[in-house]
Amino acid sequence: MSSENQTSIEGKSERWEKRLRWIMPLMAISLALLIWELLVRYYEIPHYLIPAPSKISQTLWVDGPSLLNSMLFTIKLTVFSLLLAIVGGVLLGMIFALSRTIEMSLFPFAVVLQVTPIIAIAPLILIYVQSTFAALLICAWIVAFFPILSNTAIGLRSADHNLRDLFTLYKATPWQKLRYLMFPTALPYFMAALKIAGGLSLIGAVVAEFVAGTAGQNTGLASRILESSFRFEIPRMFAALFLVSILGIMIFLITSLLSHLVLGHWHESEIKREK
Amino acid sequence: MKKLNSIISLKEVKKSFENGTLAVNGMSIEVSKGEFISFLGPSGCGKSTVLKMISGLLRPSSGQINIEGIRPDDKNFAQEIGFVFQDATLMPWATVEDNVFLPLRLKGISRKNASEEIEMILNKVGLKEFHKSYPRELSGGMKMRVSIARALIMRPKLLLMDEPFAALDEMTRFKLNNDVLSFWENSDLTVIFVTHSVFESVYLSSRVIVMAPRPGRVVADISLNDNYPRSDEYRTTSAYAKNCRMVSNHLKETIETNQGN
Repeated sequence: MSSENQTSIEGKSERWEKRLRWIMPLMAISLALLIWELLVRYYEIPHYLIPAPSKISQTLWVDGPSLLNSMLFTIKLTVFSLLLAIVGGVLLGMIFALSRTIEMSLFPFAVVLQVTPIIAIAPLILIYVQSTFAALLICAWIVAFFPILSNTAIGLRSADHNLRDLFTLYKATPWQKLRYLMFPTALPYFMAALKIAGGLSLIGAVVAEFVAGTAGQNTGLASRILESSFRFEIPRMFAALFLVSILGIMIFLITSLLSHLVLGHWHESEIKREK
Repeated sequence: MKKLNSIISLKEVKKSFENGTLAVNGMSIEVSKGEFISFLGPSGCGKSTVLKMISGLLRPSSGQINIEGIRPDDKNFAQEIGFVFQDATLMPWATVEDNVFLPLRLKGISRKNASEEIEMILNKVGLKEFHKSYPRELSGGMKMRVSIARALIMRPKLLLMDEPFAALDEMTRFKLNNDVLSFWENSDLTVIFVTHSVFESVYLSSRVIVMAPRPGRVVADISLNDNYPRSDEYRTTSAYAKNCRMVSNHLKETIETNQGN
C-alpha cells in the first residue's frame, strides 16, 4: 500500500473518531430519553411523580422566560464567586508560596473553611450579612476558593530546581522569578483547580440558595426548584434541574477549552500523542 | 595554546551539608584564563558541588573561592557565567527562541534588541530553523544545543558544564564535544567541564583534575599538552590512547584506594 493511501486512510479514521466523540454521547442520551419517555407512557406514570421528557421540554418552553431569568441570576452568582475565588486563591497562594511562616499561620483557617460543610455555615452568614446576594456570594466563594488556593500554592513551589538555580545565576529579581518561572510552572495546577472550582462554585451557589430559601423575582434556579417542590410542580422542578445541569456542563466545557488554549502547546495533559 | 592568566582560585575549600555529609574537603586549585578543565571522578566525589560553589549557587563551608578577585556569592560579583546542567533544563512552555532569550530578558534587554544575537547563536548551534519549536518537539541532542546556546548568549568568560552529555548517545556526544571545542577555540572562554568519562575528559581538556570521593578532593592534576584543534581523528591517535591510559590509571588507583578505606 502506498504511503499516500495510508495517510488518507489514517486521516479518514481520525475524522471519524472526532465525529464519534460527539455522536456516541448524543446517541446514548437520546436513547436514555426515549426509554424514559416510553416507560412513563407505558406505565402511565402521572407527571407529578415522574414527568416524561416531552412534558419537561413543554414546561421549559412555557416557563422559559421566568426560568431563564433565574438561570441568569445563578450564572451571575456562579461567575462572581468563581472570579472572587480566583483572585483570592491566587493572591493567597502567592503569599503562601513566598512565605512558609504566613502559610503555616493561615492554612488552618483555609482548611477549616474547606472542611466545614457550607450548609452548616450558610445560616450564620445569612444572619450576619444583610444583602442576600452578598451572603450567597460568600457561601459560593467559600466552596470554590480552596482548590484554587491549594493548587496555586503547590504549583508555584513546583518549579524545577535547576531552573531556579539558573534564575539565581542570572540574578533575576523576585518579580522576574514569579513571572517567568513560577507562574508558568503553576499554570497546569491552576487550570486543574479551575475545572474543579468552576463546578464547585455552581454547587455553592445552588446550595446557598437552598439554605437561604430566597423567593421572589431576583432569585436563581435553586429557588425555582424549591418553589416548585412546595407547589408540587414536578415538571418545573425537572426543567430547572435540567438548566442547572446545562450550566454545569457549560462551565466544564469552558474551563476545559481554556485549559486547552493555555496548555495545549506544551503541557503533557493537553498534548495529543500521535499514533 | 591560549595565553594563560589566573581567573579562578580555590583555596582549601571545604563543603559540608546540613545532614553532616562532607562533600568536598580542602580543595585548592588555580584555573587560568582560557583553560579547558575537566573534573573527572566517580559519582559522589563532589564534582558538581565544586561547580556549584564556583558559580556562587552554593557557599563553601570554609576556604575561599575567587573569580578575578571577587567571591562568586558576593552581591557585587558581576561576572557573566554560563551554566549547562546535566539535563537541558529548558522551560517547556517557551519556544527555543524564548529559552535562549531568557538570560537577556532577565537583564532587561528587549526582544527587538536581542533578535540579532538570538539568530546568530541559534545559527551557531544549528537550530535556526527550529526557533519556534517547543522543547518537547526536539531530540535530546537538540535540547542540549539550546541549553548551550542559552549559556553562551551572554558571551560569558566562564562556562560551567555539569555532565552535560551524560544522557546522550555516543554519536550525538561526539558531535556536541566538537561543537563545544569549536566555541571554546574561537573565543576567550574558560570552560570547566564535569564528567565521569575518561575519554571525554581527555578529548576535550587541556587539563584534567581527578577527584576522589568521600570526601571529595583532588588526587591528580594532569596537564595534557596535545595541541588543538582536536577533531575526531585525534581519538584514533596514539597520543590520545596514551593520555586516556594515564588518566584512567589515576582514576583506577583512586577508586581502588577509596574502596580499601
